[in-house]
Amino acid sequence: MAAGNFEKYKSDGSLAGNALEWVDARFPATSMWKGHLSEYYAPKNFNFWYFFGSLALLVLVIQIVTGIFLVMHYKPDAALNANGVPIAFASVEYIMRDVPGGWLIRYMHSTGASAFFIVVYLHMFRGLLYGSYRKPRELTWLFGVGIFLVLMGEAFFGYLLPWGQMSYWGAQVIVNLFSAIPVIGSDLSLIIRGDFVVGDATLNRFFSFHVIAFPLVLIGLVAAHVLALHETGSNNPDGVEIKANKDEHGIPRDGIPFHPYYTVKDIVGVIVFLMVFSAVMFWAPEGGGYFLETPNFYPADPLKTPSHIAPVWYFTPYYSILRAMVWNFFGLDAKFWGVVAMGASVVIFAALPWLDRSPVKSIRYRGPITKVMYTLFVICFFILGYLGTLSPSPVGEVISQICTVFYFGFFLGMPWWSRMDKFKPVPDRVTFK
Amino acid sequence: MSNQGKMDCGRRRLVVATAAVGGAGAVAALVPFVSSLLPSERAKAAGAPVEVDISKLEPGQMMTVEWRGKPVWIINRTKEMMDTLPKLTDLVADPKSDKDQQPAYAKNDTRSVKPEIMVVVGICTHLGCSPSQKFKAGTDEGMPGDWLGGFLCPCHGSTFDFAGRVYKSKPAPTNLEVPPHVYLADTRIMIGEDKKGA
Repeated sequence: MAAGNFEKYKSDGSLAGNALEWVDARFPATSMWKGHLSEYYAPKNFNFWYFFGSLALLVLVIQIVTGIFLVMHYKPDAALNANGVPIAFASVEYIMRDVPGGWLIRYMHSTGASAFFIVVYLHMFRGLLYGSYRKPRELTWLFGVGIFLVLMGEAFFGYLLPWGQMSYWGAQVIVNLFSAIPVIGSDLSLIIRGDFVVGDATLNRFFSFHVIAFPLVLIGLVAAHVLALHETGSNNPDGVEIKANKDEHGIPRDGIPFHPYYTVKDIVGVIVFLMVFSAVMFWAPEGGGYFLETPNFYPADPLKTPSHIAPVWYFTPYYSILRAMVWNFFGLDAKFWGVVAMGASVVIFAALPWLDRSPVKSIRYRGPITKVMYTLFVICFFILGYLGTLSPSPVGEVISQICTVFYFGFFLGMPWWSRMDKFKPVPDRVTFK
Repeated sequence: MSNQGKMDCGRRRLVVATAAVGGAGAVAALVPFVSSLLPSERAKAAGAPVEVDISKLEPGQMMTVEWRGKPVWIINRTKEMMDTLPKLTDLVADPKSDKDQQPAYAKNDTRSVKPEIMVVVGICTHLGCSPSQKFKAGTDEGMPGDWLGGFLCPCHGSTFDFAGRVYKSKPAPTNLEVPPHVYLADTRIMIGEDKKGA
């Protein structure tokens, strides 16, 4: 349902009508409105899982708006002020204590960061449940993986800005990851840091990436993600192609216009989401130490690592996979393989459209093997995430190694196990449950 | 277009040449941007040597000084601490300090100029955290029962002995780095410079 094939607006003679006709003759206003909203036909059986795409868009808007206002008061400067506190750290305290409403804007932004990942993880899991990445929606999925990668970078850059202990040492560890790459590694980490240690140069370039470069790329990828989706049309919980069954007007029989039906439905999702979001923001903005970590309330000290450092919760599964690699292979040390495994654990999502060989898309028509594998995968993901928040321990190491093996086994074995299952017949039309 | 279907090869070559020149220009334009990401002249000039007075450092104590933005530890090792080193030969990854992590004058059993005084960069060779002191042997500080004392990196669990040697099968690939340093007097050390450089 690409935009562009709609008739131009004809005025009814009113002033507003004339104005719209004038605009529509010069800009594809009507065709974009119809192609993406009022005549974009989405399957009528969307369930609760389909809220998270529009919620991700809402959180993006929250982050951009709050970010614009935070930048008005924040100063990316690692130098110490007259009280011996880094200026960047002090400016965040200033926002929290002295800027009217600053605390609320900052908590919206910090809660928004975690909310973004919660919503995006649920959105991705929906794709897994209903095979949304399968042909013909592979590109939509790839743009989505791109969004996820950029989002991780955006979150990582943003976390350095308060210049607290966790900001500093987190950046130190992650930048040093790149130094594990043979040959180019040490130069690469030097280019990222801009200095021989994490310092003012690092803070300023991370600020630039966080507020300019990555948001621009993110918005571009989101546009590509939505355009690709609207080209193929949305999948649905039955994994049935609604375009295969059209009425005499060429409209899918199981489709309803996105606007007003899903715009209004999504408002319900937005309200529920904002209730939860506000509850966290007002009552638990630190998220129990998971959204804002305790060591980050201390200014960065390059001489002392906090006794317990861990990434923010949304990175911990991959961090556990990094820590699980303790063996040297092929003359390269464990540090390098840890980085490779961590990188692969994120990038491997991009291969899903080609790894999944199941004859049906939706989990509704897949059998016990799929359900068991999905359940174990989610359990493993949570265990890895939990272990990543803990200090390293011998028991944790073994468990994270087992989970890492399963994590990769889930993906790499998928071409086989996704075919072995028992499948139920898929209906011709969508169903309601 | 009179000769439809026929390719004008001269024109096509010009198009290709123009695109190639334009592409080369675009790549060349990257140079200032990439080079601006490298450490600035000011950053390169920083990192002067640091002079440290260790006269007040009692046996068993450790002090931390900043050199090039990194923590440098100076440890006055007791006899008990020194005695742990030979026992660990089979447990550490590089007991003889064969890997180039120290100046030649610190490539010995204690990895130091003076046997009891250890000077070492307190940055884990894995991913750059600063290890914590776990000086007490045994389980007092949450270490395993056979622990003889040393350092534990809080980030990924690498352990080091009192000479900064890394234990086997830990994420850190090499021993802690011993910086260039020289004794100006019995209790004064210059870190970041040795006699050759001076």
